[in-house]
Amino acid sequence: MTAMVKAEGVHKSYGAAHILKGIDLEVAPREVFCLVGPSGSGKSTFLRCINHLEQINAGRLSVDGRLVGYREKGDKLYELKDSEVAAHRRDIGMVFQRFNLFPHMTALENVMEAPIQVKGEAKAVARERAERLLDRVGLGDKSRNYPSQLSGGQQQRVAIARALAMEPKLMLFDEPTSALDPELVGDVLDVMRGLAEDGMTMIVVTHEMGFAREVGDALVFMDDGVVVEAGNPRDVLTNPQHDRTKAFLSKVL
Amino acid sequence: MTDKFDKAPAEEPPEDSPVAKAEATPASTPPPEQIKAIPVRHWGRWASGVIVVALFGMLIYAFSQGNVQWGTVGDFIFDDRILAGMGRTLLISVLSMAIGLVLGVVFAVMRLSKNPVTGAVAWLYIWFFRGTPVFVQLLLWFNLALIFPILNIGFYKDEMIDVMTPFMVALLGLGLNEGAYMAEIVRAGIQSVDEGQTEASHALGMNNSKTMRRVVLPQAMRVIVPPTGNEFINLLKTSSLVAAVTYVDLTRAAQNIGSTSFAVMEMLLVASVWYLVLTSIFSVGQYYLERRYARGSLRTLPPTPWQKVKRNLSLSSFSSPRGA
Repeated sequence: MTAMVKAEGVHKSYGAAHILKGIDLEVAPREVFCLVGPSGSGKSTFLRCINHLEQINAGRLSVDGRLVGYREKGDKLYELKDSEVAAHRRDIGMVFQRFNLFPHMTALENVMEAPIQVKGEAKAVARERAERLLDRVGLGDKSRNYPSQLSGGQQQRVAIARALAMEPKLMLFDEPTSALDPELVGDVLDVMRGLAEDGMTMIVVTHEMGFAREVGDALVFMDDGVVVEAGNPRDVLTNPQHDRTKAFLSKVL
Repeated sequence: MTDKFDKAPAEEPPEDSPVAKAEATPASTPPPEQIKAIPVRHWGRWASGVIVVALFGMLIYAFSQGNVQWGTVGDFIFDDRILAGMGRTLLISVLSMAIGLVLGVVFAVMRLSKNPVTGAVAWLYIWFFRGTPVFVQLLLWFNLALIFPILNIGFYKDEMIDVMTPFMVALLGLGLNEGAYMAEIVRAGIQSVDEGQTEASHALGMNNSKTMRRVVLPQAMRVIVPPTGNEFINLLKTSSLVAAVTYVDLTRAAQNIGSTSFAVMEMLLVASVWYLVLTSIFSVGQYYLERRYARGSLRTLPPTPWQKVKRNLSLSSFSSPRGA
């Protein structure tokens, strides 16, 4: 079985700041893969590299067997054109910490937008799917609301529906519950749990250790741009081997 | 903005909650007695109001005593020459604004592009056309034949003096000047849109041009429209400068009549009336346009003036606003 995401020695720096210092990991299909670690450890940056919102400086990163951002011909790498990068991104859904819903569109229009614009789907088909997806995230009755009329938790669920509308093979979650009031976190996690049960491959950057332990299939603890510890979430969280992991977990658990 | 807020009205309060009890037995709690107090007297407001009314009255009196032939103003307000001049003012303003808008978007995108050459060219254009007075620019176009007697752009060749009609001078002078201002307005609008919007759009697989057209520009419009409305109303009035390059707009038409009929002041008042009418009409249009682009950013749209009037009427006819 080929890995859904495969990273080999991935490096990323902004000028002098070296953010990722050689990341090696593999995410299997249908796996819920949790990335945890202190802020500034590079977990969000790594996530953004996977759909080429950030460009890596060294190493190899591939999604579903395809190199991210490059085409390999012989022993040479060719940068992909913008349109080719966009085509790759269709298969990768992303959910942001700050939701980033389109504020000038209703919830329904937010979910319909990409299938119509990117896949050239008929409006009726897109609408039908969007309504179904909004129902699935529990917001069927909010489809006509603008994002400003929704709570943070509702906005994040619309954002998940928007990403799902492209029928992605892989979903990236960048701290999806960090900007939410504690009482609203549960609804979003429930939707993610449902996705995991349906077999979606998910990479989740999160501080929700309960979610990681309960839903996660694999967990990686990152610190200072390197993978410190990896394994089954239940093992890593209850019995961390590395001092840095222990120190971090003692603060968040 | 919480889930609680949305759910609250739908949920029935449980039977034993204090809210339910209070509603069930309204007689047990009599309505609180309204406070009756002597309101504060705002003497300062009264005094300043009287002074302002007195000054305004003096102004009206001065004009009524001045040597203005008000009848002449009325006679000429619908004069064919005045109306034709107003048509040209409107035409040159709308066309210049259209040129300004197109140039504005083009130069704003050029300035924001990663290509340093286009960025520098855009900067240079804005620097020149915003840095020199529009009156001087009009005179430059007007006198272009002095340095280029023949216009020759390969497929087209003609005497410059034939190309640079008063209309062309006015159009180029106002349009290119407006483009420089619009470029800065559009650039500010594009930059005001959160970067997360572009990222979300890209992450969904939308390319750069679709992201710009579907996601960034519609949101930028909210920032672009109000100053653009100001620009247009400004342009309507600035267009009176084209009178100096012999284009017969509203101002020049009024001046022409004024100088032959010895009613200079009256004709300027006629022109002023029409300028006021035009700017008033476009101010109303601007209001509705802004309302349209506020969709999604405000939870409830502000009422239209007509809705306000209706609401005020219904309030005052049935009860005092204070009691409501």
